[in-house]
Amino acid sequence: MIPTSFEYKNAGSVADAIGMLGDDGQILGGGQSLIPALKLRLNSPGVLVDISKVDAIKGISDNEKSITVGGGATHASIASNADLDSAAPMLVQAAREIGDIQVRNRGTIGGSIAHADPAADWPAVLLASDANVMIQNKDGKRTVDIDQFFKGFYETALEEGEVITGISIPKSGFNKNSAYAKFKQPASRFAIVGCAAAVDIDGGVVKEARVAMTGVSECAYRVTAVEKALVGKALTAENIEAAVGDVTEGRDVMSDHYASEKYRTHLASVYAKRALKKLL
Amino acid sequence: MANKISVTVNGTTHTGEVEGRVLLVDYLREHLSLTGTHIGCDTSSCGACTVHVDGKAIKSCTMLAAQADGASVTTVEGLSSNGELHPIQEGFKEEHGLQCGFCTPGMMMTATDLLKNNADPSEQEIREALEGNFCRCTGYHNIVKSIQYAAKKMATTA
Ligand SMILES: Cc1cc2nc3c(=O)[nH]c(=O)nc-3n(C[C@H](O)[C@H](O)[C@H](O)COP(=O)(O)OP(=O)(O)OC[C@H]3O[C@@H](n4cnc5c(N)ncnc54)[C@H](O)[C@@H]3O)c2cc1C
Ligand code: FES
Ligand code: FES
Repeated sequence: MIPTSFEYKNAGSVADAIGMLGDDGQILGGGQSLIPALKLRLNSPGVLVDISKVDAIKGISDNEKSITVGGGATHASIASNADLDSAAPMLVQAAREIGDIQVRNRGTIGGSIAHADPAADWPAVLLASDANVMIQNKDGKRTVDIDQFFKGFYETALEEGEVITGISIPKSGFNKNSAYAKFKQPASRFAIVGCAAAVDIDGGVVKEARVAMTGVSECAYRVTAVEKALVGKALTAENIEAAVGDVTEGRDVMSDHYASEKYRTHLASVYAKRALKKLL
Repeated sequence: MANKISVTVNGTTHTGEVEGRVLLVDYLREHLSLTGTHIGCDTSSCGACTVHVDGKAIKSCTMLAAQADGASVTTVEGLSSNGELHPIQEGFKEEHGLQCGFCTPGMMMTATDLLKNNADPSEQEIREALEGNFCRCTGYHNIVKSIQYAAKKMATTA
Protein backbone atom coordinates (compact mmCIF):
# COMPACT_ATOMS: atom_id res chain seq x y z
CA MET A 1 0.00 0.00 0.00
CA ILE A 2 1.04 3.63 -0.40
CA PRO A 3 1.51 5.53 2.88
CA THR A 4 -0.91 8.35 3.71
CA SER A 5 0.34 11.78 2.72
CA PHE A 6 2.89 13.49 4.97
CA GLU A 7 5.40 16.27 4.78
CA TYR A 8 9.02 15.08 4.54
CA LYS A 9 11.72 17.15 6.23
CA ASN A 10 15.41 16.38 6.09
CA ALA A 11 17.16 17.39 9.33
CA GLY A 12 20.72 18.69 9.23
CA SER A 13 21.33 18.19 12.95
CA VAL A 14 19.59 16.78 16.03
CA ALA A 15 18.61 20.28 17.20
CA ASP A 16 17.24 20.94 13.72
CA ALA A 17 15.18 17.72 13.91
CA ILE A 18 13.72 18.58 17.32
CA GLY A 19 12.69 21.99 16.02
CA MET A 20 11.02 20.46 12.94
CA LEU A 21 8.88 17.95 14.86
CA GLY A 22 6.02 20.27 15.86
CA ASP A 23 2.76 18.69 17.14
CA ASP A 24 2.32 16.07 14.47
CA GLY A 25 5.88 15.08 13.64
CA GLN A 26 7.69 11.78 13.92
CA ILE A 27 11.39 10.94 13.64
CA LEU A 28 12.45 8.75 10.72
CA GLY A 29 15.65 6.81 11.48
CA GLY A 30 16.59 3.86 9.30
CA GLY A 31 12.93 3.42 8.41
CA GLN A 32 13.09 -0.38 8.76
CA SER A 33 10.23 -0.48 11.25
CA LEU A 34 8.51 2.82 10.52
CA ILE A 35 8.23 2.63 6.70
CA PRO A 36 6.59 -0.85 6.78
CA ALA A 37 4.15 0.56 9.38
CA LEU A 38 3.42 3.60 7.17
CA LYS A 39 2.78 1.30 4.22
CA LEU A 40 0.29 -0.73 6.23
CA ARG A 41 -1.20 2.60 7.35
CA LEU A 42 -0.75 1.60 10.98
CA ASN A 43 0.87 4.99 11.39
CA SER A 44 0.04 8.31 9.72
CA PRO A 45 2.17 11.21 10.98
CA GLY A 46 1.69 14.68 9.46
CA VAL A 47 5.41 15.33 9.29
CA LEU A 48 8.32 12.91 9.00
CA VAL A 49 11.63 14.31 10.18
CA ASP A 50 14.50 12.34 8.64
CA ILE A 51 17.62 12.02 10.82
CA SER A 52 19.27 9.36 8.66
CA LYS A 53 21.71 11.89 7.23
CA VAL A 54 22.78 13.41 10.57
CA ASP A 55 26.40 12.22 10.57
CA ALA A 56 27.04 13.46 14.13
CA ILE A 57 24.97 10.57 15.58
CA LYS A 58 26.13 7.80 13.25
CA GLY A 59 29.61 7.10 14.59
CA ILE A 60 31.02 4.73 17.19
CA SER A 61 33.66 6.31 19.41
CA ASP A 62 36.00 4.64 21.83
CA ASN A 63 36.43 6.68 25.02
CA GLU A 64 38.54 5.79 28.02
CA LYS A 65 35.84 4.18 30.16
CA SER A 66 33.09 3.55 27.63
CA ILE A 67 32.22 3.19 23.99
CA THR A 68 29.59 5.55 22.62
CA VAL A 69 27.46 4.14 19.83
CA GLY A 70 25.59 6.89 17.96
CA GLY A 71 21.80 6.63 18.01
CA GLY A 72 21.94 6.66 14.22
CA ALA A 73 24.64 3.95 13.94
CA THR A 74 23.43 1.19 11.63
CA HIS A 75 23.31 -2.45 12.63
CA ALA A 76 25.88 -3.09 9.85
CA SER A 77 28.35 -0.55 11.23
CA ILE A 78 28.10 -2.14 14.69
CA ALA A 79 28.50 -5.64 13.22
CA SER A 80 31.88 -4.68 11.74
CA ASN A 81 33.25 -2.57 14.62
CA ALA A 82 36.50 -3.95 16.05
CA ASP A 83 36.46 -1.83 19.25
CA LEU A 84 33.04 -3.18 20.21
CA ASP A 85 34.06 -6.70 19.27
CA SER A 86 36.73 -6.61 21.95
CA ALA A 87 34.94 -4.46 24.59
CA ALA A 88 31.45 -6.00 24.32
CA PRO A 89 31.30 -8.88 21.83
CA MET A 90 27.58 -9.52 22.43
CA LEU A 91 26.78 -6.27 20.59
CA VAL A 92 28.62 -7.43 17.49
CA GLN A 93 27.09 -10.92 17.70
CA ALA A 94 23.58 -9.49 17.96
CA ALA A 95 24.11 -6.95 15.16
CA ARG A 96 25.27 -9.67 12.77
CA GLU A 97 22.06 -11.62 13.30
CA ILE A 98 19.53 -8.83 12.84
CA GLY A 99 17.26 -9.33 9.82
CA ASP A 100 19.27 -9.42 6.61
CA ILE A 101 22.04 -7.42 4.89
CA GLN A 102 19.58 -4.87 3.49
CA VAL A 103 17.91 -4.24 6.86
CA ARG A 104 21.29 -4.02 8.63
CA ASN A 105 22.52 -1.45 6.09
CA ARG A 106 19.73 0.99 7.03
CA GLY A 107 18.26 0.07 10.42
CA THR A 108 19.72 1.80 13.49
CA ILE A 109 20.25 0.94 17.15
CA GLY A 110 18.49 4.13 18.30
CA GLY A 111 15.49 3.37 16.10
CA SER A 112 15.32 -0.16 17.45
CA ILE A 113 15.19 0.80 21.13
CA ALA A 114 12.84 3.75 20.48
CA HIS A 115 10.50 1.31 18.73
CA ALA A 116 10.90 -1.33 21.50
CA ASP A 117 9.49 -4.29 19.62
CA PRO A 118 9.09 -7.11 22.18
CA ALA A 119 11.06 -9.42 19.85
CA ALA A 120 13.92 -7.00 19.05
CA ASP A 121 17.49 -7.96 19.86
CA TRP A 122 18.98 -4.67 21.10
CA PRO A 123 16.82 -4.31 24.23
CA ALA A 124 18.20 -7.52 25.80
CA VAL A 125 21.77 -6.78 24.77
CA LEU A 126 21.69 -3.22 26.11
CA LEU A 127 20.09 -4.32 29.41
CA ALA A 128 22.88 -6.86 29.90
CA SER A 129 25.52 -4.26 29.01
CA ASP A 130 24.38 -1.73 31.68
CA ALA A 131 24.11 0.93 28.97
CA ASN A 132 23.06 4.56 29.33
CA VAL A 133 20.73 6.06 26.74
CA MET A 134 21.65 9.61 25.74
CA ILE A 135 18.66 11.71 24.81
CA GLN A 136 18.22 15.24 23.48
CA ASN A 137 15.08 17.39 23.62
CA LYS A 138 14.28 21.07 23.14
CA ASP A 139 15.45 21.91 26.68
CA GLY A 140 18.77 20.10 26.50
CA LYS A 141 20.14 16.65 27.14
CA ARG A 142 19.38 13.85 29.57
CA THR A 143 20.60 10.35 30.20
CA VAL A 144 18.43 7.37 31.10
CA ASP A 145 19.79 4.24 32.76
CA ILE A 146 18.85 1.29 30.52
CA ASP A 147 17.21 -0.41 33.54
CA GLN A 148 14.67 2.46 33.54
CA PHE A 149 14.21 2.64 29.76
CA PHE A 150 11.89 -0.19 28.69
CA LYS A 151 8.44 0.28 30.18
CA GLY A 152 6.20 -2.21 28.37
CA PHE A 153 4.78 -3.28 25.02
CA TYR A 154 6.35 -0.80 22.51
CA GLU A 155 6.66 1.57 25.46
CA THR A 156 9.79 3.35 26.66
CA ALA A 157 10.96 6.27 28.81
CA LEU A 158 11.34 8.37 25.64
CA GLU A 159 9.04 11.41 25.66
CA GLU A 160 7.43 13.25 22.75
CA GLY A 161 9.90 15.47 20.93
CA GLU A 162 12.99 13.53 22.03
CA VAL A 163 15.79 12.01 19.99
CA ILE A 164 18.17 9.23 21.06
CA THR A 165 21.60 10.61 20.20
CA GLY A 166 23.74 7.81 21.58
CA ILE A 167 24.13 4.75 23.74
CA SER A 168 27.03 4.56 26.11
CA ILE A 169 28.42 1.07 26.79
CA PRO A 170 30.74 0.81 29.82
CA LYS A 171 34.08 -0.88 29.27
CA SER A 172 33.59 -3.35 32.08
CA GLY A 173 34.75 -6.85 32.94
CA PHE A 174 31.27 -8.24 32.30
CA ASN A 175 30.93 -6.60 28.87
CA LYS A 176 34.31 -7.93 27.78
CA ASN A 177 33.07 -11.43 28.55
CA SER A 178 29.61 -11.38 26.97
CA ALA A 179 27.54 -13.32 24.44
CA TYR A 180 24.16 -13.31 22.71
CA ALA A 181 22.10 -16.34 21.67
CA LYS A 182 18.73 -16.31 19.95
CA PHE A 183 16.13 -18.63 18.50
CA LYS A 184 15.13 -16.92 15.28
CA GLN A 185 11.83 -16.49 13.59
CA PRO A 186 12.85 -18.17 10.31
CA ALA A 187 11.54 -15.47 7.94
CA SER A 188 12.33 -12.17 9.67
CA ARG A 189 15.04 -13.37 12.08
CA PHE A 190 13.42 -11.49 14.97
CA ALA A 191 13.95 -13.27 18.29
CA ILE A 192 11.32 -15.81 19.28
CA VAL A 193 13.52 -15.80 22.36
CA GLY A 194 16.92 -14.17 22.80
CA CYS A 195 19.32 -14.00 25.74
CA ALA A 196 22.25 -11.68 26.34
CA ALA A 197 24.71 -12.69 29.07
CA ALA A 198 27.62 -10.72 30.49
CA VAL A 199 29.77 -12.21 33.25
CA ASP A 200 32.78 -10.75 35.06
CA ILE A 201 35.08 -13.43 36.40
CA ASP A 202 37.67 -12.61 39.04
CA GLY A 203 39.93 -15.09 40.82
CA GLY A 204 38.11 -18.00 39.18
CA VAL A 205 34.65 -17.03 40.41
CA VAL A 206 31.82 -14.87 39.06
CA LYS A 207 32.07 -11.36 40.49
CA GLU A 208 29.17 -9.81 38.62
CA ALA A 209 26.64 -11.13 36.10
CA ARG A 210 23.97 -9.48 33.95
CA VAL A 211 21.51 -11.67 32.06
CA ALA A 212 18.61 -10.31 29.99
CA MET A 213 15.88 -11.84 27.85
CA THR A 214 13.91 -10.63 24.83
CA GLY A 215 11.07 -12.09 22.78
CA VAL A 216 9.52 -13.67 25.86
CA SER A 217 7.22 -11.05 27.23
CA GLU A 218 5.87 -7.52 26.59
CA CYS A 219 9.40 -6.09 26.77
CA ALA A 220 12.95 -7.18 27.47
CA TYR A 221 13.93 -7.77 31.11
CA ARG A 222 16.80 -8.89 33.34
CA VAL A 223 16.71 -12.22 35.14
CA THR A 224 18.13 -11.19 38.50
CA ALA A 225 17.57 -14.63 40.04
CA VAL A 226 20.04 -16.15 37.61
CA GLU A 227 22.50 -13.27 38.04
CA LYS A 228 22.49 -13.75 41.84
CA ALA A 229 22.76 -17.53 41.62
CA LEU A 230 25.92 -17.25 39.53
CA VAL A 231 27.83 -14.81 41.75
CA GLY A 232 30.57 -16.30 43.91
CA LYS A 233 30.72 -19.55 41.95
CA ALA A 234 32.99 -20.76 39.18
CA LEU A 235 31.41 -20.44 35.73
CA THR A 236 31.02 -24.10 34.78
CA ALA A 237 28.40 -26.00 32.78
CA GLU A 238 27.09 -27.57 36.02
CA ASN A 239 26.79 -24.22 37.79
CA ILE A 240 25.02 -22.71 34.76
CA GLU A 241 22.54 -25.61 34.70
CA ALA A 242 21.91 -25.11 38.42
CA ALA A 243 21.54 -21.33 38.20
CA VAL A 244 19.12 -21.21 35.26
CA GLY A 245 15.69 -22.21 36.48
CA ASP A 246 12.48 -20.80 35.05
CA VAL A 247 13.70 -17.51 33.55
CA THR A 248 10.12 -16.37 32.85
CA GLU A 249 8.96 -16.31 36.48
CA GLY A 250 6.65 -13.37 37.16
CA ARG A 251 6.35 -12.58 33.42
CA ASP A 252 3.35 -12.78 31.15
CA VAL A 253 4.80 -15.12 28.51
CA MET A 254 3.66 -14.39 24.93
CA SER A 255 1.90 -17.03 22.89
CA ASP A 256 1.62 -16.77 19.11
CA HIS A 257 1.75 -18.91 15.98
CA TYR A 258 5.55 -19.16 16.23
CA ALA A 259 5.65 -20.48 19.77
CA SER A 260 3.05 -21.33 22.40
CA GLU A 261 3.47 -20.04 25.95
CA LYS A 262 4.73 -23.44 27.10
CA TYR A 263 7.22 -23.82 24.25
CA ARG A 264 8.48 -20.25 24.65
CA THR A 265 8.98 -20.77 28.40
CA HIS A 266 11.04 -23.86 27.62
CA LEU A 267 13.05 -22.07 24.90
CA ALA A 268 13.80 -19.17 27.25
CA SER A 269 15.70 -21.42 29.68
CA VAL A 270 17.44 -23.25 26.85
CA TYR A 271 18.69 -19.99 25.31
CA ALA A 272 19.69 -18.51 28.67
CA LYS A 273 21.91 -21.56 29.18
CA ARG A 274 23.25 -21.35 25.62
CA ALA A 275 24.23 -17.69 25.99
CA LEU A 276 26.00 -18.38 29.29
CA LYS A 277 27.73 -21.49 27.95
CA LYS A 278 29.17 -19.47 25.08
CA LEU A 279 31.30 -17.86 27.82
CA LEU A 280 32.85 -21.12 29.00
CA MET B 1 4.39 19.14 -0.30
CA ALA B 2 6.75 18.13 -3.07
CA ASN B 3 10.44 17.73 -2.38
CA LYS B 4 13.10 18.64 -4.90
CA ILE B 5 15.52 15.77 -5.33
CA SER B 6 18.58 15.06 -7.36
CA VAL B 7 19.56 11.40 -7.61
CA THR B 8 22.26 9.75 -9.68
CA VAL B 9 20.93 6.47 -11.02
CA ASN B 10 23.30 4.17 -12.93
CA GLY B 11 25.54 7.16 -13.56
CA THR B 12 22.87 9.57 -14.83
CA THR B 13 21.73 12.42 -12.59
CA HIS B 14 17.98 12.97 -12.44
CA THR B 15 16.42 16.02 -10.85
CA GLY B 16 12.75 16.27 -10.11
CA GLU B 17 10.05 16.68 -7.52
CA VAL B 18 8.54 13.90 -5.45
CA GLU B 19 5.86 13.79 -2.80
CA GLY B 20 7.24 12.78 0.62
CA ARG B 21 5.46 9.43 0.60
CA VAL B 22 6.89 8.21 -2.72
CA LEU B 23 8.99 5.10 -2.11
CA LEU B 24 12.35 4.81 -3.84
CA VAL B 25 11.14 1.71 -5.71
CA ASP B 26 8.15 3.62 -7.12
CA TYR B 27 10.39 6.52 -8.09
CA LEU B 28 12.67 4.13 -10.02
CA ARG B 29 9.82 2.24 -11.69
CA GLU B 30 7.19 4.93 -12.26
CA HIS B 31 9.19 8.15 -12.57
CA LEU B 32 12.32 6.83 -14.28
CA SER B 33 10.73 3.81 -16.02
CA LEU B 34 13.45 1.52 -14.67
CA THR B 35 11.23 -1.52 -14.19
CA GLY B 36 14.03 -4.01 -13.60
CA THR B 37 13.63 -3.43 -9.88
CA HIS B 38 10.64 -5.51 -8.75
CA ILE B 39 8.06 -5.26 -5.98
CA GLY B 40 7.27 -8.65 -4.47
CA CYS B 41 5.69 -7.85 -1.13
CA ASP B 42 4.25 -5.13 1.04
CA THR B 43 6.16 -6.04 4.18
CA SER B 44 9.87 -5.41 3.49
CA SER B 45 10.47 -9.16 3.43
CA CYS B 46 11.15 -10.45 -0.08
CA GLY B 47 14.15 -8.42 -1.33
CA ALA B 48 12.93 -8.29 -4.97
CA CYS B 49 13.32 -4.49 -4.76
CA THR B 50 17.00 -4.55 -3.68
CA VAL B 51 19.19 -1.81 -5.19
CA HIS B 52 22.45 -0.22 -4.07
CA VAL B 53 22.39 3.23 -2.48
CA ASP B 54 25.87 4.70 -2.15
CA GLY B 55 27.24 1.21 -2.74
CA LYS B 56 25.14 -0.65 -0.16
CA ALA B 57 22.31 -3.10 -0.78
CA ILE B 58 19.00 -1.82 0.59
CA LYS B 59 15.32 -2.57 0.05
CA SER B 60 14.05 0.25 -2.15
CA CYS B 61 10.48 -0.38 -0.94
CA THR B 62 11.67 0.55 2.56
CA MET B 63 13.28 3.88 1.78
CA LEU B 64 11.67 7.12 0.60
CA ALA B 65 12.73 8.62 -2.72
CA ALA B 66 13.27 11.91 -0.87
CA GLN B 67 15.86 10.15 1.32
CA ALA B 68 17.88 9.32 -1.79
CA ASP B 69 18.41 13.02 -2.57
CA GLY B 70 22.12 13.44 -3.31
CA ALA B 71 22.75 9.69 -3.37
CA SER B 72 24.13 7.42 -6.03
CA VAL B 73 21.81 4.51 -6.86
CA THR B 74 22.63 1.37 -8.85
CA THR B 75 19.82 -0.83 -10.13
CA VAL B 76 19.99 -4.11 -12.05
CA GLU B 77 19.97 -2.06 -15.27
CA GLY B 78 23.30 -0.58 -14.19
CA LEU B 79 25.16 -3.90 -13.74
CA SER B 80 26.33 -4.52 -17.30
CA SER B 81 28.78 -2.18 -18.93
CA ASN B 82 29.54 -1.55 -22.61
CA GLY B 83 27.11 -4.27 -23.59
CA GLU B 84 28.98 -6.89 -21.56
CA LEU B 85 27.24 -8.86 -18.89
CA HIS B 86 28.42 -8.40 -15.30
CA PRO B 87 29.93 -11.67 -13.94
CA ILE B 88 26.88 -12.11 -11.71
CA GLN B 89 24.56 -11.88 -14.73
CA GLU B 90 26.74 -14.34 -16.59
CA GLY B 91 26.65 -16.63 -13.54
CA PHE B 92 22.84 -16.67 -13.43
CA LYS B 93 22.78 -17.44 -17.16
CA GLU B 94 25.41 -20.19 -17.07
CA GLU B 95 24.21 -21.89 -13.87
CA HIS B 96 20.45 -21.58 -14.55
CA GLY B 97 20.04 -19.35 -11.50
CA LEU B 98 16.51 -18.37 -12.41
CA GLN B 99 13.20 -19.87 -13.39
CA CYS B 100 10.46 -17.24 -13.50
CA GLY B 101 13.06 -14.51 -12.93
CA PHE B 102 10.99 -12.40 -10.58
CA CYS B 103 13.47 -12.53 -7.69
CA THR B 104 16.54 -12.31 -9.94
CA PRO B 105 17.25 -8.56 -9.98
CA GLY B 106 17.16 -8.44 -6.17
CA MET B 107 19.25 -11.60 -5.89
CA MET B 108 21.93 -10.12 -8.15
CA MET B 109 22.04 -6.81 -6.28
CA THR B 110 22.41 -8.56 -2.90
CA ALA B 111 25.02 -10.91 -4.36
CA THR B 112 27.14 -8.06 -5.72
CA ASP B 113 27.05 -6.35 -2.29
CA LEU B 114 28.22 -9.64 -0.73
CA LEU B 115 31.03 -10.12 -3.26
CA LYS B 116 32.27 -6.59 -2.72
CA ASN B 117 32.76 -7.27 1.01
CA ASN B 118 33.74 -10.92 0.72
CA ALA B 119 35.36 -11.89 -2.57
CA ASP B 120 35.51 -15.59 -1.75
CA PRO B 121 32.42 -16.51 0.28
CA SER B 122 31.71 -20.04 1.47
CA GLU B 123 28.41 -21.68 0.52
CA GLN B 124 27.17 -21.01 4.06
CA GLU B 125 28.10 -17.33 3.79
CA ILE B 126 26.27 -17.06 0.46
CA ARG B 127 23.16 -18.65 1.90
CA GLU B 128 23.26 -16.33 4.93
CA ALA B 129 23.69 -13.29 2.69
CA LEU B 130 20.51 -14.27 0.83
CA GLU B 131 18.48 -14.23 4.05
CA GLY B 132 16.54 -11.19 2.85
CA ASN B 133 15.83 -12.44 -0.68
CA PHE B 134 13.06 -14.93 -1.33
CA CYS B 135 12.82 -17.19 -4.35
CA ARG B 136 9.65 -19.18 -4.93
CA CYS B 137 11.00 -21.25 -7.83
CA THR B 138 14.57 -22.46 -7.69
CA GLY B 139 15.04 -23.76 -4.17
CA TYR B 140 18.12 -21.48 -4.08
CA HIS B 141 20.48 -24.25 -5.18
CA ASN B 142 21.37 -22.77 -8.57
CA ILE B 143 21.35 -19.24 -7.19
CA VAL B 144 24.17 -20.25 -4.87
CA LYS B 145 26.02 -21.82 -7.82
CA SER B 146 25.52 -18.65 -9.89
CA ILE B 147 27.09 -16.55 -7.14
CA GLN B 148 29.99 -19.00 -6.81
CA TYR B 149 30.47 -18.73 -10.59
CA ALA B 150 30.60 -14.93 -10.34
CA ALA B 151 33.05 -15.02 -7.42
CA LYS B 152 35.39 -17.26 -9.41
CA LYS B 153 35.09 -15.17 -12.54
CA MET B 154 35.69 -11.92 -10.66
CA ALA B 155 38.76 -13.41 -8.96
CA THR B 156 40.33 -14.37 -12.28
CA THR B 157 39.58 -11.10 -14.06
CA ALA B 158 40.47 -8.82 -11.12
C1 LIG C 1 12.69 -7.78 7.25
C2 LIG C 1 13.07 -7.20 8.58
C3 LIG C 1 13.70 -8.00 9.52
C4 LIG C 1 14.05 -7.50 10.78
N1 LIG C 1 14.67 -8.33 11.66
C5 LIG C 1 15.01 -7.87 12.89
C6 LIG C 1 15.68 -8.72 13.84
O1 LIG C 1 16.03 -9.87 13.57
N2 LIG C 1 15.95 -8.20 15.07
C7 LIG C 1 15.63 -6.91 15.41
O2 LIG C 1 15.91 -6.50 16.52
N3 LIG C 1 15.04 -6.08 14.52
C8 LIG C 1 14.72 -6.53 13.28
N4 LIG C 1 14.11 -5.68 12.38
C9 LIG C 1 13.82 -4.27 12.78
C10 LIG C 1 15.04 -3.40 12.49
O3 LIG C 1 16.08 -3.72 13.40
C11 LIG C 1 14.77 -1.89 12.57
O4 LIG C 1 15.92 -1.28 12.02
C12 LIG C 1 14.55 -1.28 13.93
O5 LIG C 1 13.51 -1.93 14.61
C13 LIG C 1 14.15 0.19 13.83
O6 LIG C 1 15.25 1.01 13.57
P1 LIG C 1 15.19 2.09 12.42
O7 LIG C 1 16.42 2.89 12.52
O8 LIG C 1 14.93 1.41 11.15
O9 LIG C 1 13.98 3.01 12.91
P2 LIG C 1 12.70 3.59 12.17
O10 LIG C 1 11.95 2.49 11.50
O11 LIG C 1 13.08 4.76 11.36
O12 LIG C 1 11.89 4.11 13.44
C14 LIG C 1 11.30 3.25 14.38
C15 LIG C 1 10.71 4.09 15.52
O13 LIG C 1 11.75 4.71 16.28
C16 LIG C 1 11.69 6.15 16.22
N5 LIG C 1 13.07 6.59 16.08
C17 LIG C 1 13.98 6.21 15.12
N6 LIG C 1 15.20 6.68 15.41
C18 LIG C 1 15.09 7.40 16.57
C19 LIG C 1 16.01 8.14 17.37
N7 LIG C 1 17.32 8.23 17.08
N8 LIG C 1 15.53 8.76 18.48
C20 LIG C 1 14.22 8.67 18.82
N9 LIG C 1 13.31 7.99 18.11
C21 LIG C 1 13.73 7.36 17.00
C22 LIG C 1 10.78 6.44 15.04
O14 LIG C 1 10.09 7.65 15.23
C23 LIG C 1 9.85 5.24 15.04
O15 LIG C 1 8.84 5.42 15.99
C24 LIG C 1 13.76 -6.15 11.11
C25 LIG C 1 13.13 -5.32 10.17
C26 LIG C 1 12.78 -5.84 8.92
C27 LIG C 1 12.13 -4.94 7.90
S1 FES D 1 9.21 -5.46 -2.33
FE1 FES D 1 10.79 -4.69 -1.08
S2 FES D 1 11.16 -6.33 0.26
FE2 FES D 1 9.49 -7.09 -0.94
S1 FES E 1 13.11 -17.56 -10.06
FE1 FES E 1 11.00 -17.35 -9.66
S2 FES E 1 11.03 -16.39 -7.71
FE2 FES E 1 13.09 -16.84 -8.01
